[in-house]
Amino acid sequence: MSDRKHLTREQTKDIDENIAWASINTDVLRSMENPRRGYWVAMAVSVCLFSVMIYAEVYQYMYGMGAALLNTSHMWDLYISTFVFWIGMSHSGTLLSAILHLVHADWRKPIYRFAEAMTTFSLMTAGIFPVIHLGRVWNFYWVMPYMTDRGIWPNFRSPLIWDAFAITTYLTSSVLFLYIGMIPDLAICRDNAKGWRKPLYTWLSLGWRGDDRQWRNFRFTYLMIACFLIPLAVSVHSIVSMDFAMSIMPGWHVTTFPPYFVAGALYSGCAAIITLFILLRYFFKFEHYMTFPILDKVCKLTFVIAMVWTYLNLVEFASVWYGHDIPSKEVLIAKATGPYSPFFWGMMTFGSVLPFSLLSKWVRRNMYVLFFASIFLNVGMWLERWMIVTPTLSLGYHPQAFNVMWPGWTEWAMVGGSFGWFGMLFLIFVKVFPCVSMYEVKEMVFHRKRTIYEDVDEMMTLHSGVPGPKAQAQTQTSGGA
Amino acid sequence: MSSLLGNIFKGWSDYTKGNEEGGHHDYEHMYAMVIDLDMCTGCNACSTACYAENNLATVGEEYFGARQAMHWMRIERYFDEPNVGEAEADTQSRGASFLPMMCQHCNAAPCEPVCPVAATYHTPDGLNAQIYNRCIGSRYCANNCPFRVRYFNFYDHQETAWPAPMEQQLNPDISVRSKGVMEKCTFCIQRTRAARNTAKNEGRAIRDGEIQTACQQTCPTSAILFGDLLDETSAVHQAWKRHQVQLGKYAQNKTNPELRGYRIFEELNVDTKVLYLERVREV
Repeated sequence: MSDRKHLTREQTKDIDENIAWASINTDVLRSMENPRRGYWVAMAVSVCLFSVMIYAEVYQYMYGMGAALLNTSHMWDLYISTFVFWIGMSHSGTLLSAILHLVHADWRKPIYRFAEAMTTFSLMTAGIFPVIHLGRVWNFYWVMPYMTDRGIWPNFRSPLIWDAFAITTYLTSSVLFLYIGMIPDLAICRDNAKGWRKPLYTWLSLGWRGDDRQWRNFRFTYLMIACFLIPLAVSVHSIVSMDFAMSIMPGWHVTTFPPYFVAGALYSGCAAIITLFILLRYFFKFEHYMTFPILDKVCKLTFVIAMVWTYLNLVEFASVWYGHDIPSKEVLIAKATGPYSPFFWGMMTFGSVLPFSLLSKWVRRNMYVLFFASIFLNVGMWLERWMIVTPTLSLGYHPQAFNVMWPGWTEWAMVGGSFGWFGMLFLIFVKVFPCVSMYEVKEMVFHRKRTIYEDVDEMMTLHSGVPGPKAQAQTQTSGGA
Repeated sequence: MSSLLGNIFKGWSDYTKGNEEGGHHDYEHMYAMVIDLDMCTGCNACSTACYAENNLATVGEEYFGARQAMHWMRIERYFDEPNVGEAEADTQSRGASFLPMMCQHCNAAPCEPVCPVAATYHTPDGLNAQIYNRCIGSRYCANNCPFRVRYFNFYDHQETAWPAPMEQQLNPDISVRSKGVMEKCTFCIQRTRAARNTAKNEGRAIRDGEIQTACQQTCPTSAILFGDLLDETSAVHQAWKRHQVQLGKYAQNKTNPELRGYRIFEELNVDTKVLYLERVREV
């Protein structure tokens, strides 16, 4: 720890390849022990928020949906927009783990574990909302095609049914992906565990000894699930967007919704990764693993996705503006000028303008600024979902039903409580499971040690005896001239 | 066990048939309505009759103000001279136009495909029916209704709407809905069914005018007509024919543009079954 220069903002290497393997184990295992006061405060806040949610749900169960101030025109509101928001958050883990795994971007290795956990927990949070927004929540299982002697099936044409299938499948697969990727680490935990942790990890690590056959099977399974998960992630948010796109309402019936939603999902997921990255780095002293260059890459990725999202957003506006559908146009104009306009412009500012700050290296290397920037990116994405659901319902087709509604207390309680529930799950996770992948960081260090050269061209010439691409290009240019 | 599987697969094949062919095609009846806006005085008697007939809960001023009321039949007011008497819209010199609005029983109803549990469907009578027992309250149907005529039970109203002994006056022919289900105009399905049963017992077809909806029965100016479109002798069929409005079209080809008949949001191609006759006003 004497030389901390490489941990500062000037650091260029993704990871210090001279970290000893033993110290990786020690650092990560240390993070799972001895929760400090801050941890318990965070836990207490989460539990409080979640209790408020439970109270609101009990109230709603007893007295009905009315306290949410929904009305005949506004049948959906924050419940559905927050549901879409959490589904969106869940896409980050798949992006980092599966897609970047397939393209061999090894800088994902120190940070993918908590991103995957985020995927799983935000799906578990999202799954609450379609259930609690039901008028008769006790009958929620009727959306599942279970065998009854009445021969009654759910309506397979309804996007809500597709939702139920898509989310269940995605949740199952992402839990599997998270768990399977963790097995070698659980074995490390088992070997170092004492007390109640010992039987837990023994059971969870499935007898992992780290022999060749196990590694081979493990790699294959992990790759398989990664390949399975990518189309699933795209489809799940496309299907969520179809809740809106399959309806006939102006502002919802938009063909570009599926890609727009997927881009928005990756966007808010990346922003959430930045937030949690900074929190974990700061509180768990993970400076050796969650380094500035990696954060830098995540920021650039976020910026690119933000631009894709902005583009799709503008495409949607343009197609409405130049189309001849008057109700849709009215909804669009009302978004920009009507009672919800502060939130609409908030969404545009946080979603499309704020990401430009990520172009600045100073911002990308400043944890405090970046932390708040990433929070506001996600505020923008939450507003986006709200601005999809509510302005459409406030206008629609029938003028007599036009009205403006503001969410009731149960809705705010559920929104806040969902963050409590997510926080609770995540806080438990970081103390029970290793939130940095030990075996993959070791791999990363190992590979980097072997392949990092100052001048690739020179090394190629040295090893193969033929000139490298740079030298070849030089000879070609001079030959041509 | 075999009957269990048999039921399931029968239900499945019925379902796929309905799905492929766009719902029922062998309609026994096609109940439809004609509302003459020229005759409507906006007296709200139809709405009141609907409350009495269909066990609609009165929700009270607070919930009504929050737009959580459930008036299956509502009278909407429109002012065609919004600038006259702007300060007091209610006292415009020419007064309001009234539009009685209830479920339009669309033949291509947007509410039907989106219900996750198929609680709303098309009956062989051509009605858009709502199964209260099956409804789980996802409220997607109401979001997808362009007319906003689906009403949700945001609360339980039994205690407050019908305090004892008021529950004695509830209509025994239909249920009282509890919180968390969607409800809407049924074209007085209990009366339709009763007439069908009577006709069956007497071994005859349903006569035109035998079925009256509560709103039609109460309307002091007889602005509302109800009947079977498939019965070529029915008054409703005659009126639709006279006004050259046909089912299954999103733009009508009228030889006489003076004809007053029109359907609301015809261009959305939801194929509504309520024909409105435009109000005639002096220029």
